[in-house]
Amino acid sequence: MSEAAAAPAIELIGISKRFGPVQANDGVSLQVAAGTVHGIVGENGAGKSTLMSILYGFYAADAGTIRIAGREVEIRSSGEAIAAGIGMVHQHFMLVETLSVLDNIMLGVEGGALLRGGMRRARAELARLSGAYGLAIDPDALVGELPVGLQQRVEILKALYRGADILILDEPTAVLTPPEADQLFALLRALTAQGKTVILITHKLREIMAVTDHVSVMRRGRMIAHLATAATSPAALAEAMVGRRVLLRVEKPPRRPGPPVLAMQGVGLRDARGVTRLSEIDLVLRAGEIVGVAGVAGNGQSELLAVLAGLAQPSRGEISLDGRVLGPAERNPAALRRLGVMHIPEDRQKDGLVTAFSAAENCILGYHDDAAFGPGPLLSPSRIRRHARAAFAAYDVRPPDPELKTAKFSGGNQQKIVLAREIERAPRVLLVGQPTRGVDIGAIEFIHRRLIALREAGVAILLVSVELDEVMALSDRIIALCGGRITGERAAAEADERDLGLLIAGVTGEAA
Amino acid sequence: MDWAQTLAVILDSTIRLSVPLLCAALAGLWSERSGVVDIGLEGKMLMAAFASAVIAHQSGSAWTGLGAGILAAVALSLVHGFAAITWRGNQIVSGVAINMLAAGLTIILGNAWFGQGGRTPSLEGEARFADLALPFAAWARETVPVLGPLYAEMVSGHAAPVYLAFAAVPATALVLRHTRFGLRLRAVGENPAAVDTAGVSVAGLRYGAVIICGVLCGLGGSYLAVSQSAGFLPHMTAGKGFIALAAVIFANWRPVPVLLACLLFGLLDAVAIRLQGVSLPGIGLVPVQAIQALPYLMTVILLAGFIGRATPPRASGLPYVKER
Repeated sequence: MSEAAAAPAIELIGISKRFGPVQANDGVSLQVAAGTVHGIVGENGAGKSTLMSILYGFYAADAGTIRIAGREVEIRSSGEAIAAGIGMVHQHFMLVETLSVLDNIMLGVEGGALLRGGMRRARAELARLSGAYGLAIDPDALVGELPVGLQQRVEILKALYRGADILILDEPTAVLTPPEADQLFALLRALTAQGKTVILITHKLREIMAVTDHVSVMRRGRMIAHLATAATSPAALAEAMVGRRVLLRVEKPPRRPGPPVLAMQGVGLRDARGVTRLSEIDLVLRAGEIVGVAGVAGNGQSELLAVLAGLAQPSRGEISLDGRVLGPAERNPAALRRLGVMHIPEDRQKDGLVTAFSAAENCILGYHDDAAFGPGPLLSPSRIRRHARAAFAAYDVRPPDPELKTAKFSGGNQQKIVLAREIERAPRVLLVGQPTRGVDIGAIEFIHRRLIALREAGVAILLVSVELDEVMALSDRIIALCGGRITGERAAAEADERDLGLLIAGVTGEAA
Repeated sequence: MDWAQTLAVILDSTIRLSVPLLCAALAGLWSERSGVVDIGLEGKMLMAAFASAVIAHQSGSAWTGLGAGILAAVALSLVHGFAAITWRGNQIVSGVAINMLAAGLTIILGNAWFGQGGRTPSLEGEARFADLALPFAAWARETVPVLGPLYAEMVSGHAAPVYLAFAAVPATALVLRHTRFGLRLRAVGENPAAVDTAGVSVAGLRYGAVIICGVLCGLGGSYLAVSQSAGFLPHMTAGKGFIALAAVIFANWRPVPVLLACLLFGLLDAVAIRLQGVSLPGIGLVPVQAIQALPYLMTVILLAGFIGRATPPRASGLPYVKER
């Protein structure tokens, strides 16, 4: 390297960090050139977020050196990171929902013991930043009442307000519609054009290809490769991430769907506060068909699953199974399960598992009454263990130890436990929420193949996922939800991402 | 006695009786807005009452007594803070421990030192807070109808801690609303991670809040022993620390509603006292115990049914642990 070349904006040398038995970062080194967008990819648990948290002073590294613009710095707290010109947009926003946008932006840099003077200056500076980057926002709105896209905007403005030259974004597009993501990428380009440096953490290879200049791949706490984006391909990146070849495309034989199984007619749902969550949902699921639900989180997908699984009672409309309208007595999870409607909940740790229980106990959750698990009111631990061992073998759950506490399994293996439990019961209808959220690529492949196999076996599947790629890859038909309404339907073969993006954003395709 | 006079007397005792509640409730508000749940308000007040009575008796100065009461309560607050903030312990357990410690220790020490069954010797003269007459009180009582007696009884003629306690309400509101410390405190009770990533110390803010909580508990406890009574009695807080917690919830963690809630409880207490021995038309003589139970009954009713949606600070009761 020549002496004349400008020092990299960030240089990490030999960063290591251990959490108990887990080596989250193992001698990680990274160089990020000033004025570029640098992507970091890796599976969940590869250590990307840990590395960035160390750079942002949230955790202290066990070993290693950080250089900012060629100067060695010690970053022991977020305050020091901010002082070094680093700003971070966390995956889970670091915002106080009960405070206004302005309060959130000022927090920590109020400029005086009394708020009054600082507030006036902050308001002016915020207006200037909003104008300069085209990030319009109402400074007096309560953050909790803003849609997530705008909350992210507040996070970005917060970093810019603190004078960040280096902006770290952790999985920023998880909460955005495709058009919003495009806007974000345009903003990142504008920022680098002004000399700022951006680090983008993501697991979506498409985004890496679309917006980054360089990309670094992490696997199991180590840096595997540093590449120029122009010189690589999604397949090569996926292989580097997983360490073996992966099929990015799902093999899906064409199939003609069978008769209708589950139907919703004019279903609406109001929540406890009287807010309409779903309205006028008409939907038919046929045997041997996967219907994908596309939408940004919070637009009624969770409620749709809840209504169909019997967890919420629709305030209007009816649901029928095999042409027979379900009465109130049948609209509860236990009765629906007996009728063959199984549910893989969106949040496996909250709704799908009791993570403090052993894996074997979780394997029979909800099916305790089954005579196979013990006589009468008693449970037989040995039979439950045997059942779990068989399920683990069939679903490749690792480690195959039924006694292990469920919390100790990785996300992918936890999901396989839920999957095994629900699919084993030969469902007629399968409701699947976020099947691969927080699941590594290897397990994603496995889960996708299982879902396709069920489709072949004639199960009617409703798939809810925030990953548009996943919905497009698996579904036969795709419906778009926005604001609790179905804004459009496309056959998967004819769907394209831009068109779906507009539907998700509530722009009806017919008008365009 | 005409009705204005009666009303003035009831309102006067409402003010006096609501002071300990008000102090404890504001203390709880400070603590909980920062994210530290404190069910040890009761114990802190009790300890402060004891310490202030002892020191006021020994020194002969009510103000020295108040200082000692505040120190005692702050010391217990720091114990709670150490357990809840530094060691991320269970805040309920720590609060219960403080309540039990105070209930036992005050009686044992009182008995050992004074041998009066846990009481401290009664305070006289300078060792008690004297009532302060505000200007024109006597004149107003005689000349201005209705408002005169109200001013003379309700506003004037209280001891210094009463005015301090009431002054703490606008002070709390202003600090929370208009200062940097207040903004950060409100934020840390809702989302400590947001404060941490903004480069501000979560522990520092919470310790600050816990110390303010101690000061206010100290004021309330000292008032009980050195102003309202003339010495310490075992268990003299009589659940006020818990009623204060109810008042905080009832008031949705906001200072001015806290004041109103405490005044309401104080009014109930005052009415209960006036009703003792009075024969009510249609009911007859109400048993004293039934009347004394009124404020507690009211607490249950208010908490059970009359609160709208009380939304506590989101991080309240949760120790701050960085992810993992």
